[in-house]
Amino acid sequence: MNEPMLFLPLIALFPFAGFLLNGLFGSRLPKAIVSTIALLFPLLSFAVVARAAWMVHGGMLLPVAESGAPTWIAVGGFHVGFQFVLDQLSLVMLLVVTGVGFLIHLYSVGYMEHEQGYWRYFAYLNLFLFFMTVLVLAGNYLLMFVGWEGVGLASYLLIGFYIDRKSAGDAGKKAFVVNRVGDFGFLIGMFLLIANFGTLNFHRIGTQLAGHPAISGATATLICLCLILGATGKSAQIPLYIWLPDAMEGPTPVSALIHAATMVTAGVYMIARTHALFDLSPTAMMVVAVVGTATAFFAATVAMVQTDIKRVLAYSTISQLGYMFLGCGVGAYSAAVFHLMTHAFFKALLFLAAGSVIHGLSGEQDMRRMGGLRKAMPVTFWTMTAAVLAISGFFPFAGFFSKDAILAAAFQHGTLGKALWTVGLITALLTSFYMFRLWYLTFLGESRGAAHQDGHGDGHAAHAHESPWIMLLPLVVLALLSVTGGWIGIERFAGFLEPVTGQAAMVDAGHTELFLSVLAVLVAALGWFLAHLFFGRDGEAAAQAAQSLAPIRRLLQGKYWIDEIYTALIVRPVQWLARFVLGWLGEWTLVRGSAWLMSGVVGLSGELLRRWQSGNLRSYAAWLAAGAAALLLFALAGTLLGLNGFADSIHWAVR
Amino acid sequence: MDGMILSLILVVPLAGMVAILLLPDRGKLPAWIALLDSLLTFVCTLHLPAHFHNQQAGFQFEENLPWLSRPAIHFHVGVDGLSLWLVVLVGLLAPVGVVASWRAVQKNSKVFYAMYLLQQTAMVGVFVSLDLMLYYGFWELSLIPIAVLTAMFGRNLGDGAAGKAALRFFLYTFLASAPLLVALLWLYAHTGSFDYATLQAAVASGTLPGWQLGWVSVAFLIAFAVKVPVLGLHGWLPDLFSEAPVAIAMIAAGKLGLYSLIRFHVELFPALAHRAAPWMIALAAIGILYGAMLALVQKEFWKLLAYATIGSLSFCTLGIYGFTAAGMSGAVLQTVNEGVIGAALFLMFGVLYESARTSRMADFGGLARQTPRLATLFTIAGLALIGLPLLNGFVGEFLVLSGTFVGVSRSWAAIAALGVILSAAYMLGAIQKIFLADGGDQQNGQAGRVARDLTGMETVTVAVLAVLMLAIGVQPTVWTEAMESALQTVTHSMHAQGATPVRMESGTVIASSMGGRQ
Repeated sequence: MNEPMLFLPLIALFPFAGFLLNGLFGSRLPKAIVSTIALLFPLLSFAVVARAAWMVHGGMLLPVAESGAPTWIAVGGFHVGFQFVLDQLSLVMLLVVTGVGFLIHLYSVGYMEHEQGYWRYFAYLNLFLFFMTVLVLAGNYLLMFVGWEGVGLASYLLIGFYIDRKSAGDAGKKAFVVNRVGDFGFLIGMFLLIANFGTLNFHRIGTQLAGHPAISGATATLICLCLILGATGKSAQIPLYIWLPDAMEGPTPVSALIHAATMVTAGVYMIARTHALFDLSPTAMMVVAVVGTATAFFAATVAMVQTDIKRVLAYSTISQLGYMFLGCGVGAYSAAVFHLMTHAFFKALLFLAAGSVIHGLSGEQDMRRMGGLRKAMPVTFWTMTAAVLAISGFFPFAGFFSKDAILAAAFQHGTLGKALWTVGLITALLTSFYMFRLWYLTFLGESRGAAHQDGHGDGHAAHAHESPWIMLLPLVVLALLSVTGGWIGIERFAGFLEPVTGQAAMVDAGHTELFLSVLAVLVAALGWFLAHLFFGRDGEAAAQAAQSLAPIRRLLQGKYWIDEIYTALIVRPVQWLARFVLGWLGEWTLVRGSAWLMSGVVGLSGELLRRWQSGNLRSYAAWLAAGAAALLLFALAGTLLGLNGFADSIHWAVR
Repeated sequence: MDGMILSLILVVPLAGMVAILLLPDRGKLPAWIALLDSLLTFVCTLHLPAHFHNQQAGFQFEENLPWLSRPAIHFHVGVDGLSLWLVVLVGLLAPVGVVASWRAVQKNSKVFYAMYLLQQTAMVGVFVSLDLMLYYGFWELSLIPIAVLTAMFGRNLGDGAAGKAALRFFLYTFLASAPLLVALLWLYAHTGSFDYATLQAAVASGTLPGWQLGWVSVAFLIAFAVKVPVLGLHGWLPDLFSEAPVAIAMIAAGKLGLYSLIRFHVELFPALAHRAAPWMIALAAIGILYGAMLALVQKEFWKLLAYATIGSLSFCTLGIYGFTAAGMSGAVLQTVNEGVIGAALFLMFGVLYESARTSRMADFGGLARQTPRLATLFTIAGLALIGLPLLNGFVGEFLVLSGTFVGVSRSWAAIAALGVILSAAYMLGAIQKIFLADGGDQQNGQAGRVARDLTGMETVTVAVLAVLMLAIGVQPTVWTEAMESALQTVTHSMHAQGATPVRMESGTVIASSMGGRQ
């Protein structure tokens, strides 16, 4: 039977072609052509993925590994190729990445229409898709690392897209450097893998693990902890989450694509992809679960008091990624990937809808100046409502199914699992609360734009306008997916992924699970109710509550002062060490001291220096030439005048 | 043709030099001659990889003519996989240096370009010499134009800073190479030959007096380590980078010293080099952090580049002294990478300095709109320097670090790997300070207003280098394959003399070096 051709490299190469075309020639092309290039190549890429999905649906067997992949690095016995592998997991990821990716490209055409550097934006966006598809398709760790660092680069470029804003530059740099801390862990993890397995190929490591189950838990734990550090960087988990809120400096579609739907899920994808290793180390799994749960809760508390609409969503993303980590940590990889997928739908939608609001209000991001937008922006309102219901976990929206699957898996994971489940459930309450807070503040009530704009007359709501169709179309598609995305159900989804992620450890579900589901929905409803109490009518209740809880509120608004703590404990000491210890002590003694020493050694040099400073360049050159000539002559003379004697004298001298 | 290509590569720059000296110093004439001549040199060097046999061990394109009979000095040159790409690199960077000097050097350009071409011959000579006296002659010759041109064409001639930098460079390198000469003569006295292969065999035979040989190897090591420079011996570098003309600064550090370390220290004295290795590894790993941390707090871009270079060269040293195949290939590749990336960065910083007359990064800001070509190409070169995958810096760093981690020491490799975090911080910091918005401070950005973008010729030059960064990053095997056979010979001969990969953990540097040879 003929091996079906899937043209996997094209999935990555199409967006790269788009990047090259727009990057090299975009500044000289008319906008229409830039947009066409920018849309066409992701669409082609999606088409290749869709064709592959169709063939899988038609019974093609996975995984498919491209044969004859070109070599990348080959030194000694170590060999790494540009090998792409398609299996169930990467297929799901690719559908999300290219599908949602294309929708966001489409939306961007409308959103970025009036921006300077339109071509640059799309070049970067296509570059991101290139690296993201490489990350997903990679058949070995090193190629995955290419995508891993590459998406970080694209993220850096896009966060800093508004090059006239210092805050944007700062945020981009912070994102890249913090991610590099994670990449350091990834690198060390890869070195450990090479040391223990002699290869970075996923498949070969998997075979070796299967063949030698005796690989010691300590080794596996060490490798996994290094990889986890990498994952916490990319997926914005404790302790490296700090870059993501700042990343909101980028254009809103970028936040939707990179900082919500795709790139930040790379950590989750990596853990699911290499779960064979994680399965060997209960310690590492526990770390993943605890980090995830702690991040989920922590970020949700901060999200409750944010006033910038995008920052609420940023903390919400961190929190939802925490859920996915929890899922991985309790071994429910398919549930984690399921949530990854539904989250991509509803979180991209939330960001795009928020972008539509910002667009409609000419750049306003502060929710305290919004309100009453329901009438002016009906499509945005209704699609956003679907997303809010989905993330809060109302039946039958997508988020309900996936979050439920994770919490159920946690509940069945022993005592620790029960504790994590409890925190997860409280987080669900907070999630519902802060999302409906956002919903009320933005769309309901009366416009508050005027209250804050004394002297400027009317507020935004008067001007607020619905976005053009090219922005609304992606909203509608994503809204449909946010509603229906979970209907496939965790059983069938897990069944599809089983060849990759292994048998999900689902104990007899039955009544327990039904009870858990009902409880989750009740908690979500409670969150809505509380938000309604506080923000539903006039906000007086909110003000009162805020006063009574002032210290906590300050703590949350300060985001627990984690940024400040990191600056004081890490950034400052490093700078201090570099500037004073190394710079003054080290360089001063080394450079000045040794130069001084040498001047002493060469007694002549003082004289020489004085002559040089006379400014006479010719004498200067002459001195150097003379010095060289003297040494050479010395050498030749030594050899010509009977070297044996000379050597004997050296011989004697050293003896 | 193969029989005399190396002589040709050595003679073409000299011929250019003579032509420049004979013709009048009129307008851009010397610059044009230098450009055409260096392009011709480059084309000649391309003959080498085109006709190089990857599988063949030993030296190729060999020429061996007796020069003096007593002492027996031969004109013996040849190229193997180790030196192949370094010769091509010299050829490639020669026209780059001319382009970088195109606007900066206006007066006395005759002297400048004549000395510059002399420097090219000297560098090629260092890489191809197989007779140690010949090598020493070229080595000394390569030091002189750097010192003289820095003193004559330096940036701050007025306050004497350029002169001081030149003097410091001269003292460091010259003082360090005087013992090298003594050591060479000692070897000759005991073997009656300057021939590389003969000396190598003599050292390997173990017939030379042991502890004196130890001092000889130390003399070799120090001469090269100063030129690299290895941490602690880098005192000449920051000032030279600040003061020297860019075409000179871009060739002053790195490849000559690193090549010599491999060829004339590790390959010539494997057992003795093995004993020095723990110290070198420690110095290199610390040097990576040291350079990166100091780069982080520099205010002037020349100094930033200087410390970044120290960090990046330390990667090469780390790879060389691990005695692992991966580390060694990584080190040679990284030497080439450093040359390519450094040249691009030097050229671009040179453009900024020449148009704005300042190297304080705070004086710039927001240049991205005004100088888009410069900003784009600078970002690419910067990312290559900090090891972004698919660009060349990554492959070298990865090979060195993985080789060190697996074969030598996990803790030292981990310490060195911390450099990836710091390097990102300093490079992105520099990009932000120069090219991105700086917060609207009115004091800042004045220099930015007069900064110009790259000219057509400069753009083409840097673009070629950028394409090369991508090419090496994506297909490093093209380069490493040629090295493979040479490095296999190296590692075989090393292992035969008991110099297996250096096994160490960070606490045991001193212990293992005291413990004698294992």
